[in-house]
Amino acid sequence: MKPHSVAIVGAAETTELGKIPNMSNLQLHADAALNALADAGLKPSDIDGVACCREEPTEIAYYLGITPKWVDGTAVGGTSFLIHVRHAAAAIASGLCSTVLITHGESGRSNVAKARPPVHPGSLNGQFEMPYGVMGPPTMFTIPLLRYMKTYNVPIEKIAMVPVVQREWAAMNPRAMFRDPITVDDVLNSRMIAWPFRILMCCLVTDGGGALILTSADRAKDFPKKPVYILGTGESVETRLISQLESYTSSRAFRVSSAKAFEESGIKLSEVDHLMIYDAFAHLPIWGLEDLGFCGRGEAPDFIAERNTAPGGKLPLNTNGGGLSYTHTGMYGMFALQESVRQMRGEAPAQVKDAQIGVCQGVGGMFAAAGTIVFTNQDP
Amino acid sequence: MTDYKKPLPQPTPETQHFWDGCREGKLLLQRCRDTGKAYFPPRPFSPFTGSRDVEVFQASGKAKLFSYVINHRPARGFEDDAPYAIAVVELDEGVRMMANIVDCPQTPEALQLDMPLEVVFEKVSDTISLPKFRPARS
Repeated sequence: MKPHSVAIVGAAETTELGKIPNMSNLQLHADAALNALADAGLKPSDIDGVACCREEPTEIAYYLGITPKWVDGTAVGGTSFLIHVRHAAAAIASGLCSTVLITHGESGRSNVAKARPPVHPGSLNGQFEMPYGVMGPPTMFTIPLLRYMKTYNVPIEKIAMVPVVQREWAAMNPRAMFRDPITVDDVLNSRMIAWPFRILMCCLVTDGGGALILTSADRAKDFPKKPVYILGTGESVETRLISQLESYTSSRAFRVSSAKAFEESGIKLSEVDHLMIYDAFAHLPIWGLEDLGFCGRGEAPDFIAERNTAPGGKLPLNTNGGGLSYTHTGMYGMFALQESVRQMRGEAPAQVKDAQIGVCQGVGGMFAAAGTIVFTNQDP
Repeated sequence: MTDYKKPLPQPTPETQHFWDGCREGKLLLQRCRDTGKAYFPPRPFSPFTGSRDVEVFQASGKAKLFSYVINHRPARGFEDDAPYAIAVVELDEGVRMMANIVDCPQTPEALQLDMPLEVVFEKVSDTISLPKFRPARS
């Protein structure tokens, strides 16, 4: 897709974040959607394309009173929303529809009417992973880290710096769930989940949602908020089996997705002012920094420990506090996108001064999928 | 065995030979004849070339510990095992698989990456024996 042809003109999260027992999973989608529509000054009848996952696009379109000409229900985990942005941009650029609403809502903490798809015992996961006592992402997403630490001789104290630095960003965000400063000792003395991962190295579990509205760049200036243009996009998938990843020190999906987005955007890495890397667990920003090319192999832990990604550093990363401190409903990609948009609009609580180019990197499943979006606030 | 509470795999037509092999104490892998490369999990075609020209062969059962976590929040049925290691092993034939490590303390000190392992089969039902690995004795 040609850079600058599509823009985000509406963006919002649910009114509340964290613990929202008075809303169903479906209503969280709607609450976010209504906030995004208000942000863009639109009504449901102005929308002609819908994308979402876990809840069907059919359910969301009906519930909100939308008659779509285009739908996308791509569901490859928490990065799905980045992929929805990519698909929506292509659909708008090729004339399939004009104004797309992307929604996410998840009652991850309160579990109000949230569908949880079971793992079939005859599926590949059911036959070759479930019998060994896996217990959700904390016991699978985490398996590669020991191999990385041995390969690059990285001590656990360096990994623990990831949540420490992100908590500094969270402290500047009134909506972040955890805002009190933490130290490496706090991280390494917190409750053991799956060695070497302790609870402060694992993301939150919250209720919430978010929604985005996209339209063509030529219409984008007519909206109340400053347009956030899409410069480049990428996506890829690898495998749902953590045991079968090609590598335990790098993600193929990250590399393929980000290379495509950077190629399309024409930007250089040195031009990136603001970066979001989906952090379900403490090692993900390390994988992201290396696979996207910001750091050499094995160098990201030092890069983070030396405060390059911290407030005041040269590459501000996960400036909302991330999934580790801000919020994580179960599918965090929408919240990474929301922070990218806030930074490009200049309205983030921990605003990066004069940020012009932002990159958002998502992960789906457990290194199973990836999506990448390059944004800018600069008019074509 | 009838009170086995842990998740049981349900073989499919494409994986039945693997589970039949496990029941007989054999770790059966498949190999793509075009490339000579082994692969796992089972499927009746090569993931490298798409060719259906593949063969089943018995693996050596020798492996190395590739990576792992020690889970402190047990899955259903694993309450008496926690904390227990969930490991990925790399077989001498080049493929990796998830497994538990048995006959070994479930501690970081005892579980060293790259330690040599060998396959054992744990009979958990009349039809299913799960491949697991223990520190190599030979």
